[in-house]
Amino acid sequence: MSNQAVDKVGHWQTVCDDWGDDKQAFKVHWGKFMMWIFLVSDTFIFSCFLVGYMKVRMTVTDPWPFPSEVFALTLFGNSIPLILIAIMTFILITSSGTMALAVRFSHFRDKKRIAQFMFITAAFGASFVGMQAFEWSKLIAEGVRPWVNPFGAPQFGSVFFMITGFHGLHVSIGVIYLITVAMKILKGHYDKTDYEIVEIAGLYWHFVDLVWVFIFAFFYLW
Amino acid sequence: MTTYIPIADRDEELHDHPHSFITKWVFSQDHKVIAIQYGCTSIFVGLIALVLSGLMRLQLGYPDSFAFIDPADYYQFVTMHGMIMVVYLLTALFLGGFGNYLIPLQLGARDMVFPFLNMLSYWFFFISVLILLASFLVSGGPTGAGWTLYPPQAILRGTPGHDMGITLMLASLAVFIVAFTMGGLNYVTTVLQARTHGMTLMRMPLSIWGIFVATILGLFAFPALFVSAVMMVFDKIVGTSFFMPAILSLGEAVDHKGGSPILFQHLFWFFGHPEVYIVALPAFGLVSDVISTHARKNIFGYRMMVWAIVAIGALSFIVWAHHMYVSGMNPYFGFFFAFTTLVIAVPTAIKVYNWVLTLWQGNIRLTVPMLFAMGFIFTFVHGGLTGIFLGNVTIDLPLSDTYFVIAHFHMVMGVSPVLVLFASLYHWFPKMSGKMFNQTMAKVHFWGTFLGTYAIYLPMHYLGFLGVPRRYYSYGTTDFIPDSAQTLNANITNAAIFVGIIQMLFIINMVWSVFKGKKADPNPWEATTLEWQTPENPPGHGNWGSKLPVVYRWAYEYSVPGVKADFVPQTIPPEEVEMEEGAGPYIYRGEEEHA
Repeated sequence: MSNQAVDKVGHWQTVCDDWGDDKQAFKVHWGKFMMWIFLVSDTFIFSCFLVGYMKVRMTVTDPWPFPSEVFALTLFGNSIPLILIAIMTFILITSSGTMALAVRFSHFRDKKRIAQFMFITAAFGASFVGMQAFEWSKLIAEGVRPWVNPFGAPQFGSVFFMITGFHGLHVSIGVIYLITVAMKILKGHYDKTDYEIVEIAGLYWHFVDLVWVFIFAFFYLW
Repeated sequence: MTTYIPIADRDEELHDHPHSFITKWVFSQDHKVIAIQYGCTSIFVGLIALVLSGLMRLQLGYPDSFAFIDPADYYQFVTMHGMIMVVYLLTALFLGGFGNYLIPLQLGARDMVFPFLNMLSYWFFFISVLILLASFLVSGGPTGAGWTLYPPQAILRGTPGHDMGITLMLASLAVFIVAFTMGGLNYVTTVLQARTHGMTLMRMPLSIWGIFVATILGLFAFPALFVSAVMMVFDKIVGTSFFMPAILSLGEAVDHKGGSPILFQHLFWFFGHPEVYIVALPAFGLVSDVISTHARKNIFGYRMMVWAIVAIGALSFIVWAHHMYVSGMNPYFGFFFAFTTLVIAVPTAIKVYNWVLTLWQGNIRLTVPMLFAMGFIFTFVHGGLTGIFLGNVTIDLPLSDTYFVIAHFHMVMGVSPVLVLFASLYHWFPKMSGKMFNQTMAKVHFWGTFLGTYAIYLPMHYLGFLGVPRRYYSYGTTDFIPDSAQTLNANITNAAIFVGIIQMLFIINMVWSVFKGKKADPNPWEATTLEWQTPENPPGHGNWGSKLPVVYRWAYEYSVPGVKADFVPQTIPPEEVEMEEGAGPYIYRGEEEHA
């Protein structure tokens, strides 16, 4: 379409023409597009979990415990609220940075560096899950169960184990996914095609990271 | 960075054509085989649900005559009939069956973009069906909580199947959702990213638009069901109290307290209402193509039909609480949800008018698919009109939980989509199997089904006005239900048994035709869309041979003045269209002008 025509019908028309054109609607690898759609669908799952949590928190009959007290660790004789969660959040966000570096190197087709940074990312992810396991065992040792909670409403435990468990499952799957992709890259599985898979795995990883920010805000800070 | 090549522009990828029986028919990655697997499995469970409904009707029509149906059985029949029909038959057959079959074929793709995931989708669906059927065999039987599975009663003692049945039901649903997600990602991505040359979005057949939008609805709505299933399984097995308040059950206080049963209703219907359109939108799309083809006329207002599908899909997410007018929610909510519900009538009415206007002055061929499609228009208008009653809060309250509701939703989302299913199965059967079905048998099947369903559901509206409540095992003696209601009930049962039995004609016809039917013409209905122009019939692996088809026009080029044949397939170049003597050259008016 010529520039004059664009002026005449406005930019919206060209946007619609591009989008509705033949062959493909978006100029991206189909796998990347599919991952985006999956993540939107997964967003609905996490949103339903979080909305369910908010509703339950409103209906409970027992008082809701203070997260900053429940999630405090005693280090060197001082009780520091939310210290473990702060470290976990920091690690997960750092891992998004290393993932972004892996994607950067995929543009240069630098196999060794890609794999290196994906393994680092996976290691951060694994340590996150490890600390989550530590947090779980600490709460379980204090008597918190999905059905009972010495600090107040039992739904606190139910929601905590369910939502962090579901997120932890996502992180664990992500760790396995990253390691698998990195191994395949090292073996030269993608040499003949492109390294889009790194970006696709990266999308998933950033999503899991982003979800954690919401869980952190709604569950630990509220 | 390498630039990304669109799928349609790539050389034929080396497909390793499967040779062994196992890779060809069992663990197949071919979308057509997966579609047929989905179809056969869902029709099989659908038949079970049909038998269950017959048993229910026997009890209602002739109470106390059948010793083998006790109240617990009755509730289990109700529950399993509803759940199977809505999720495992309609959703699976429309999206898993027709979605899989038609998306690559009508868009000119060789297969789905991710065939392995597509195969996994079917096998997860298969597992979910096995889990569902397993609940018939465990102690206590399947759940009898009603297909809505409302807590607290769904998991309390006293409800049939409260021990294993409900757990298996929820597990089966969760697996189904995983299966649907794997398939759905494929459908959406294939529609948007793998169309052939010339197949713009506004040239897609309406079948694809319906399936496409319904799949998006599914991907956004099923998460709510998944979450509620997970939470209810925890309530049941682990002893959490997400949905369970502190109540007495059989005289004893339960171990739960502080949960919110209303939360479940919101989550369930946030899934449940879009689910209605997950079933209806593919039906709208498929029936549009059937009507246009057999009326030899372009679909009226194609562009409006597309926007109506999109608008209905969007609106379906903000109407869910009209299922909850009696839940005690804030009346202002009722006002909002009644308004949005009635707004949906606008795009829906546009669609109905356009179907009727497509028939108007068409060269109608009363083939079997056309009969079913026209039957659909009747039942859909009928069920849609009663929906306007139920969408209004004040009229809904007295009619809530009566047979009026049963009549409404069976008309609008039971019979109507099923008639479209039959229309589509008969329409595409010659392409799927390469054989033609028996016309006479199919016509008897149509008239029996169409008239029979009216005999079942019309009287139910009247029962509903009388206030006869749904989900009752038997009615005993009451002040407000006259004895004549029982006569009506008995006759409804007779009609239901008749309709149930006549479905066997369909099964026999299909099975017999696959093996003994006459060889079908590659394009028996003289249709324009791509699937009828395949080099082989039925299409082979990879669909198109060595070269992808090129699309020159929309899918509705029927009865064009001056053109010799009364249809122009999408793949014929404009210069090759044969014209009548004296007529000028063929001019494609373009989809813009049909809007």
